[in-house]
Amino acid sequence: MNVPRRLLKKLATLMGRTQFDGELDEEMAFHQGQIEEELRERGMNAQEAHYAAIRQFGNTTRMKERSHELMDLGMETVVQDVRFALRQMKRNSGFAVTAVLVLALGIGASAAIFGFVDAALIRPLPYTQPNRLVVLYETTTMGKRYHLSYLDYLDWKRENTVFQSLDVYAPYGFTLKTPEGLEAVSGTRVSTDFFRDLGVVPVLGRDFRPGEDQTSAARVAVLSYSTWQTRYGRRKDVLGQTVVLDGSPNEIIGVLPKSFHFAPAAPSEFWTTERASNECEQLRDCHNLIGVARLKPGVSLQAAFADIRTIAARLARQYPTDDLNRGAYMMTLTDVVVGNTRPILLALLSGAALLLLIATVNVASLLLVRSESRRRETAVRGALGASPARLVRQFVAEGLTLVALSSVLGVAGAWGVMQLPVRLIPKDLLARMPYLQGLGLNLHIVVFVGGILLGTGTIFSLTPALRLSPGDLREGLTGGSRSFAGVAWRRLGRNLVVVELTVAVVLLVSAGLLGKSFYQLLHSEIGLQPDRLATLQVSAQGAAYAKDAQVIALEREIQQRISELPGVRSVALTSTLPLGDGDNAENYWIVGRPYHGEQNEILDREVSYDYFSTVEAQLLRGRYFREDEDESKPLVAIINERMAQRYFPGEDPLGQQIYEQGDEKQHIEIVGVVNDIQEGQLNAAPGPAVYLPFRQNPSKDFAVVVRTRQDADAMLPMMTATVHRIDPGLATYDPSTMRERIHDSPAAYLHRSAAYLVGGFAALALVLGVVGLYGVISYTVSQRTREIGVRMALGAERGSVQWMVLREAARLTALGLTAGVVCAVGAAALMRSLLFGVEPWDFWTLAGVSAVLGSFALLASFLPARRAARVDPMDALRVE
Amino acid sequence: MGKAELIPGTLDMLILTTLKRTPLHGYAIAQSIRRISDDVLTVEEGSLYPALQRLLLRGWVKAEWRKTETNRRARFYRLTAAGRKQLGLEVSQFRQMMAAIGRVLEDAGEMG
Repeated sequence: MNVPRRLLKKLATLMGRTQFDGELDEEMAFHQGQIEEELRERGMNAQEAHYAAIRQFGNTTRMKERSHELMDLGMETVVQDVRFALRQMKRNSGFAVTAVLVLALGIGASAAIFGFVDAALIRPLPYTQPNRLVVLYETTTMGKRYHLSYLDYLDWKRENTVFQSLDVYAPYGFTLKTPEGLEAVSGTRVSTDFFRDLGVVPVLGRDFRPGEDQTSAARVAVLSYSTWQTRYGRRKDVLGQTVVLDGSPNEIIGVLPKSFHFAPAAPSEFWTTERASNECEQLRDCHNLIGVARLKPGVSLQAAFADIRTIAARLARQYPTDDLNRGAYMMTLTDVVVGNTRPILLALLSGAALLLLIATVNVASLLLVRSESRRRETAVRGALGASPARLVRQFVAEGLTLVALSSVLGVAGAWGVMQLPVRLIPKDLLARMPYLQGLGLNLHIVVFVGGILLGTGTIFSLTPALRLSPGDLREGLTGGSRSFAGVAWRRLGRNLVVVELTVAVVLLVSAGLLGKSFYQLLHSEIGLQPDRLATLQVSAQGAAYAKDAQVIALEREIQQRISELPGVRSVALTSTLPLGDGDNAENYWIVGRPYHGEQNEILDREVSYDYFSTVEAQLLRGRYFREDEDESKPLVAIINERMAQRYFPGEDPLGQQIYEQGDEKQHIEIVGVVNDIQEGQLNAAPGPAVYLPFRQNPSKDFAVVVRTRQDADAMLPMMTATVHRIDPGLATYDPSTMRERIHDSPAAYLHRSAAYLVGGFAALALVLGVVGLYGVISYTVSQRTREIGVRMALGAERGSVQWMVLREAARLTALGLTAGVVCAVGAAALMRSLLFGVEPWDFWTLAGVSAVLGSFALLASFLPARRAARVDPMDALRVE
Repeated sequence: MGKAELIPGTLDMLILTTLKRTPLHGYAIAQSIRRISDDVLTVEEGSLYPALQRLLLRGWVKAEWRKTETNRRARFYRLTAAGRKQLGLEVSQFRQMMAAIGRVLEDAGEMG
């Protein structure tokens, strides 16, 4: 038959729904009236005939239902079902609120975490074919990811056969001339083809041209979009303007697109060209660049890596003094950008998934319990003519309505959470994760939530629908509840609770381990006393500080003026602050040792004479620097414990002499050994370090370190003001206390956020798991009321009944705990990279979690157990 | 009263047949089927109205409100051209089926 026409007819009928109903009613009433008349004619009295007619005519509702179903498009009853579902929820608001909240929590958490995962791991980086981009480093004896020199870069670029393009970049701190004075700004120097090779086109103006890195070329600069926005108000006439960086005028030639970010050099406000004429660029042993290359089509990562390793090995042989023991290292750009956040994000995503699992299980079992209590309702509706399909559809509608409501709530919550990182993550850390900016709801997240909706919706619709079998109708009406199905579902409910408890244990143990790691990290030995220590970084550039003597004079002036400030206990300077990137190394050799071609890259810091006493490092042997140790005195050095152990095992390092590579004549005598000060990240293994007196090796970039009598925070503005009073031309940046440096360090941030987030999940999982246990035990008790009544009637003690219920709860808890502990140790082994100073099988964490969960579970089962013990046998037996 | 269940699938055909001569309302359709079959076939009201809706939907009958002889409003169903065609089809199919069944039964009778 003609389908469209039939559909049209259905539509027309639907439009005139009330008319359709009215006609059907009238028609049936007429029919019934006719039967009644016929019966009366046969001699029945009026009332009897009326009832007989009704009986004969049968179930009008059922008839109407069937007629409706014929005319139905599917839509109308859906609206009706949803409306009914909402009414049901309103009537059982306690159940509805619990279920919706529990589910919204699970969905929201998953969606939010997925948003981060999407931003960091799924969304491609904003370059052409980002998966063909790799980052190139040189390896040294200290590690794998170190800079390459400009001359090495040129050789790599010329000799390789695997890269379509090879560029370099160098994050660089500029001093920017502003009307208010000099300001330290971050920037990056890049080779001229850098942007073109990434596939980035400026939104305004142009990028660098080949040759603009030569000495003769005019200096030009490209702006980041945010710089254009904040410093230039997005004016188009910014092109051609001049910006003074490090005292040299640069013409602004372009603005980068808003979507562009380059995490390895972020945050970068100004981009200039690498210049071949710079001092460092002419020395092969001056390593200051990192390479970015695009693989040729068809070249594999392994082949490319092998190729540059061969080149690096050849260069090391060719230039033994400059490139000795230096090799090549390669990583994909994606790994460089998101590498250290990947394990955390995946851990969090697993956490969120587990939470969602618990939430689903809980809501499913709640629905189950409710469908149990609604059996009579279902039976009545069935008896009144609702077809089984219709009844099942009702449950489907209820399940879907529930999930839809939760999804809306959850997504709204997730959206809120996603706005947080911009405020919660420290600014410079966020700058290193530029892909998190602009985080929000997008198609990926919508699809993700859609998937959850579909999955959970199916589960929730099927749970009660399966429970509902046609055979139950009569049983439902009679109110009996001792069916085999009831027992089967009870068993399923128990298994679900064991799963929930297992998941809760896994999350709790993970949170415990991460929390302990975080604590260990914050309290890890960093070799100095971080309380009441204020730091400020200063950069002295320009002609006024061209000579060493001028820098030393500045150092004396700063020492003098800051020590006069109220509340200052002592002042010191260092070229590099502790808890930095653990870089700035030089090659040192020991006088009198046979040379075997080894490369001794050793951290190298220039510090003022009272630095160690100011930071309160422990002097292990020898002496500190003296105040009068300057260029006129013999060169001296203090080494750290690690260096003493590695290079002078079983020897006395005091009196030994070392020299810096390239300065063979300048012997430096070791006069002291201090404990290891953590120069790198909190979770890094400390490396060997050499400390030299500032006045023998003045540095134009340094940090002022002040030990205060009171709160170090209050000292920071005074320090900045004092430095500017000495010379407004000095750039100052990053005023912070040592405690802040510890707390805001990327390592601490990573561990803290992981611990807090997983901790949050764990708390939720604990609550949900315990609620689940309570639900199942209560359900069991309500199902067994009659049995308990019989037991009591036969003489069972109240105590033994209570014990019987508690025993079941204890069994479930023990099962969950055992499975949980096993899984937790496995999970912890997987997230080993996030653990610091804690083993995955940490006894106290496992024991603590077991105790906490055990006592909560006991509490949750105690209430239903007491209820069971209070069952009145008479009442229980009368229920039937 | 010897009542028999309708052979499944024949209700539509019976309704269409009763409408062949003149338009009838629901009650009259049921009455007509019962009377002509000498009370053997009874159409349950529970099936009649859904069946009528189905026929309406397929365009085999048309419905209109008219007065009965007793001057009451009733919905009369009238066979359409498509319905007539459908009826012919169903009847011939049914005849074929009955003939086939009859042959099978006779064959079984001889064997017995």
